[in-house]
Amino acid sequence: MSVDKQTVAKIAGLARIKMGDEELERMVPELNNILDWVEQLGEVDVEGVEPMTAVIPNTLRLRDDVVDADPLTGGGKRNDVLANAPAAEHGFFGVPKVIE
Amino acid sequence: MSNELTNLGVKEIRDGVKAGEFTAREVAEAFNAAVAEAAELNAFIVTTPDAALEAADKTDAKRAAGEDLGAMGGVPIGMKDLFATHGVQTTAASHILEGFKPEYESTVSRNLWNAGAGMLGKLNLDQFAMGSSNETSYFGNVSSPWRKEGSNAAMSPGGSSGGSSSAVAARIAPAATGTDTGGSIRQPAAFTGICGIKPTYGRCSRWGVVAFASSLDQAGPMARSVEDCAIMLGAMAGFDPKDATSLKMDVPDWEAALSSDLTGKKVGIPTEYRMDGTDQAILDSWEQGKAWLKDAGAEIVDISLPHTKYALPAYYIIAPAEASSNLARYDGVRYGLRDLPEGAGLQDMYAETRAAGFGDEVKRRILIGTYVLSAGFYDAYYNQAQKVRALVARDYEEAFAKCDLILAPTTPTASFPLGSLNEDPLTMYLNDVFAVPASLAGLPAMSVPAGLNPDGLPLGLQLVGKAFDEQMVLNAGLAIQERAGFTHAPERWW
Repeated sequence: MSVDKQTVAKIAGLARIKMGDEELERMVPELNNILDWVEQLGEVDVEGVEPMTAVIPNTLRLRDDVVDADPLTGGGKRNDVLANAPAAEHGFFGVPKVIE
Repeated sequence: MSNELTNLGVKEIRDGVKAGEFTAREVAEAFNAAVAEAAELNAFIVTTPDAALEAADKTDAKRAAGEDLGAMGGVPIGMKDLFATHGVQTTAASHILEGFKPEYESTVSRNLWNAGAGMLGKLNLDQFAMGSSNETSYFGNVSSPWRKEGSNAAMSPGGSSGGSSSAVAARIAPAATGTDTGGSIRQPAAFTGICGIKPTYGRCSRWGVVAFASSLDQAGPMARSVEDCAIMLGAMAGFDPKDATSLKMDVPDWEAALSSDLTGKKVGIPTEYRMDGTDQAILDSWEQGKAWLKDAGAEIVDISLPHTKYALPAYYIIAPAEASSNLARYDGVRYGLRDLPEGAGLQDMYAETRAAGFGDEVKRRILIGTYVLSAGFYDAYYNQAQKVRALVARDYEEAFAKCDLILAPTTPTASFPLGSLNEDPLTMYLNDVFAVPASLAGLPAMSVPAGLNPDGLPLGLQLVGKAFDEQMVLNAGLAIQERAGFTHAPERWW
């Protein structure tokens, strides 16, 4: 499988990365080189093999059902959460108008 | 005095401070000065001399009060700029995070400070840890302190932990943190003649570490001796309820149990690692490594890891897929860069911000990841890669029925000049061909210096152990260290 400029433009759109014509054209052969190379995985016999989901067997833990059980990840951190926002307004993240 | 202090490693500093041979402050001052003189290496993105002094003073005060100084008491270290540090800029070497000052501390760095370590600064790396040469950082290339004999060309310190490897090899830090997703601790360690260990996946908490590929990312120490790595790994590791994949297991005392006697142990040599394009000097050092481990009492056995060839292509589907998902968080809304052209809407803001904030290699990997996860291709690419990954892990399981440890080269070549492999991303990816399989299987793996090649550049040997058996890896590393007698240091030119 290989990608053309139109496909790369579509992927860049899905990934929300703006790309001009020149950049898209540069990406096409680079991505195709990588995709051609990973193509070799198709020759591996994977009959009956389950895709890996956990690299080291581990069980998902349940934490105690307590509010703010961990002071580092609990609530009441609005100022900390907003401290690095490019535009924090009235205690919220500010974004451009989304409804006309 | 200061020159002597900067030649010391973790254990020597910790024990010297404890014994009162010198103060932690003297050590911190010596390394702060060495860091300031080595700006040409570009190993640090920001330096934090005051943080190093503050931690040192705390250690000295504790000593005066007769208190325990901790496993890393009085040792100043470099922190890879992938670990969130409270109030200190954390960038992942990307423009998109420039100026980001976390309101929290990563678990690994917090563990290290609690153990008495201090911070010299935040170390440069490949942008979002994506790279094998430290040439994708927004903050410029890092130079290795090593140079080819008779040449002044700047050499790659490896990547992605290139600031870490450069700083430790140049003796401007006794040790540094690294992270390894597909070789990012081991390959730079090999390129610069130092040690580095990636523990079993889950040993070190990923909480507060900027995510690249979450099923592979694992932190570990980089230092100039196996003992120093054992000490520092012990300080970094441990169960963390804030990381869902953290291992709920006790951390063994790796330092106390170090032993280079390998009597009765079997060391596997994987046939498939004899690949085209591997330097003769690397193959020679591999042979030498076998002889050293035999001398330490081990038996050498041939093993087969049949899917080795497919590990790297599988990695270049899985890692970009996870990265495309992880990096979706950089949206210009919550932290980091925002690029909002006049009159632009929300969608335009996302696209402009990410276009301006991410470097080329990061964009390339996000696009690959987005493509292989997109409708119609998910099965052919992503699912197939995860099946191959299961087979790579199964290869190791079968091999470890016959041996206790695997010995292989860390890299197919020694370091290369900066700028020499930039034309084709694929050539760069091949650097990690020997490192990636252990990452896919989550196994502990270490690189230790073996010697110099005919150009005078360091070569590393890689040890891969069973899951949770860091001790075996460290012990074999120690056996090689004792026999290799690697005391070479780069000649100072900076």
